[in-house]
Amino acid sequence: MATVTEAEAPPLAPRPAPKPPKKRGRLVPYWLLLPGLLWLVVFFALPMIYQASTSVQTGSLEEGYKVTWHFATYWDSLAEYWPQFLRSVSYAAAATVLCLLLGYPLAYLIAFRAGRWRNLIMILVIAPFFTSFLIRTLAWKTILADSGPVVHTLNTLGVLDVTDWLGWTAGDRVLATPLAVVCGLTYNFLPFMILPLYTSLERIDGRLHEAAGDLYARPWTTFRKVTFPLSMPGVVSGTLLTFIPAAGDYVNAELLGSTDTRMIGNVIQTQFLRILDYPTAAALSFILMAAILLMVTVYIRRSGTEDLV
Amino acid sequence: MPFVNWLKRHLVVIAGLLTLGYLLLPNVVVTVFSFNKPKGRFNYEWQQFSTDAWKDPCGVADMCGSLGLSLQIAVWATIGATVLGTMIAFALVRYRFRARGAVNSLIFLPMAMPEVVMAASLLTLFLNMGAQLGFWTILIAHIMFCLSFVVTAVKARVMSMDPRLEQAAQDLYAGPAQTFLRVTLPIAAPGIAAGALLAFALSFDDFIITNFNAGSTVTFPMFVWGSAQRGTPVQINVIGTAMFLVAVLFVLSGMIIGNRRNRQKA
Repeated sequence: MATVTEAEAPPLAPRPAPKPPKKRGRLVPYWLLLPGLLWLVVFFALPMIYQASTSVQTGSLEEGYKVTWHFATYWDSLAEYWPQFLRSVSYAAAATVLCLLLGYPLAYLIAFRAGRWRNLIMILVIAPFFTSFLIRTLAWKTILADSGPVVHTLNTLGVLDVTDWLGWTAGDRVLATPLAVVCGLTYNFLPFMILPLYTSLERIDGRLHEAAGDLYARPWTTFRKVTFPLSMPGVVSGTLLTFIPAAGDYVNAELLGSTDTRMIGNVIQTQFLRILDYPTAAALSFILMAAILLMVTVYIRRSGTEDLV
Repeated sequence: MPFVNWLKRHLVVIAGLLTLGYLLLPNVVVTVFSFNKPKGRFNYEWQQFSTDAWKDPCGVADMCGSLGLSLQIAVWATIGATVLGTMIAFALVRYRFRARGAVNSLIFLPMAMPEVVMAASLLTLFLNMGAQLGFWTILIAHIMFCLSFVVTAVKARVMSMDPRLEQAAQDLYAGPAQTFLRVTLPIAAPGIAAGALLAFALSFDDFIITNFNAGSTVTFPMFVWGSAQRGTPVQINVIGTAMFLVAVLFVLSGMIIGNRRNRQKA
């Protein structure tokens, strides 16, 4: 009979999920969480502690390292590598702004204007993910080659004279300059901007646009007052998903840049894998982590979308 | 002024298509240059049309071996991360428990951390433990960084699920196991599939974390990285093109099957 009364009760009121049976059920969430969380604790959190300890050790490869609370490593490495830090932040910031400027129209196009082409365009945005990003980054060497059509056109139009003067390019070439690195970073992280933008644009009720139009808002005003504010969650998560990996990247700087465009990721990689100066490498990656976490926290606070996490 | 008006109306479309072109241009170059016959060791300049590389895709020493290894690691990492991540996602959505906030941050942090930081700290751990770098250390690392993405994907799907469906199943005398297998799991499947696909792509294409923790083992991305220094064989482009085509076909067929099913239901 219980089922009948259930069915007669007003069925549409959302009810909380059924409480798990007592005693046995109370442990279920912990068993579900245990293996995965253990994995993250041992292979993500614990390494951070090891690295914190490494960053205050002194010694050498032959004699071994000991914890001596040598905090000077932090100041020394910051004093030596601050240009690379600054470069990482500015390249990543430039790439993030470019991603937003380039990605927004495409996300908007997919969400509102693509019609039956929507799925196809979506596939074309995601599909490059499945070709190794290193191969695609190497392709930029061909596109931006000194004798290639892109550089030739930019030269004829006089664009390179301007960028040379700004210090973005050098000697009428694009490869091995900051412009090439920023271009590669923008390209590599653009999908990470487009997807969250699309997700938040797609949720917007199309009737809001019509309402704005009915109230005599011009298209640009509609965008500024209605569409863009509503897409803010996408803008925030898109900029984070672009900025964070771009700031730590060393692949683009290595493949498309030169020794003058080395970013902090390049330094950490070289210190760790070639010079084998573990304390300096550990200190540098801690500074990078702290800087990024700080920037991200401030940014999320200021943009007022704290329900992101 | 009709042209200006037309331009105004379609400005977004034009800008969007230009961005799409920017995104796809490298893939076009990769494809075109898979038919190149370069003069030197590097395949950056167009010389002459040839199908040599397509006829002999494994003609480069060690390349196909590294490709096989990458696929193997990606499959195992996907299985590991999907199982562990799905369990976490269900626990997070369906149950109340202590230290929820801490669990959420532990899952969020790996996604907010620059790869190079995770790579370096994990290597510190392995060096301290005296672990032998190779297949297993790569697999451990890949499961670690794929896990959070799977949790996010599955969580989104399970959260939007109507709990009354499971109640209905129980009202119809389905046991807990039966309810889970025949109701819960099929509804959560698209989220789990999306998480698994993401994990596969992330693992297969990972370079930074792998480069730190691989020792002398060479995965496909590491092979490409090495060849950027030593000389890029055309076969790399062949693999790149084939991967792109397989991905597009895979997603397209998935979509067509999905559409057909929806139509049958309707």
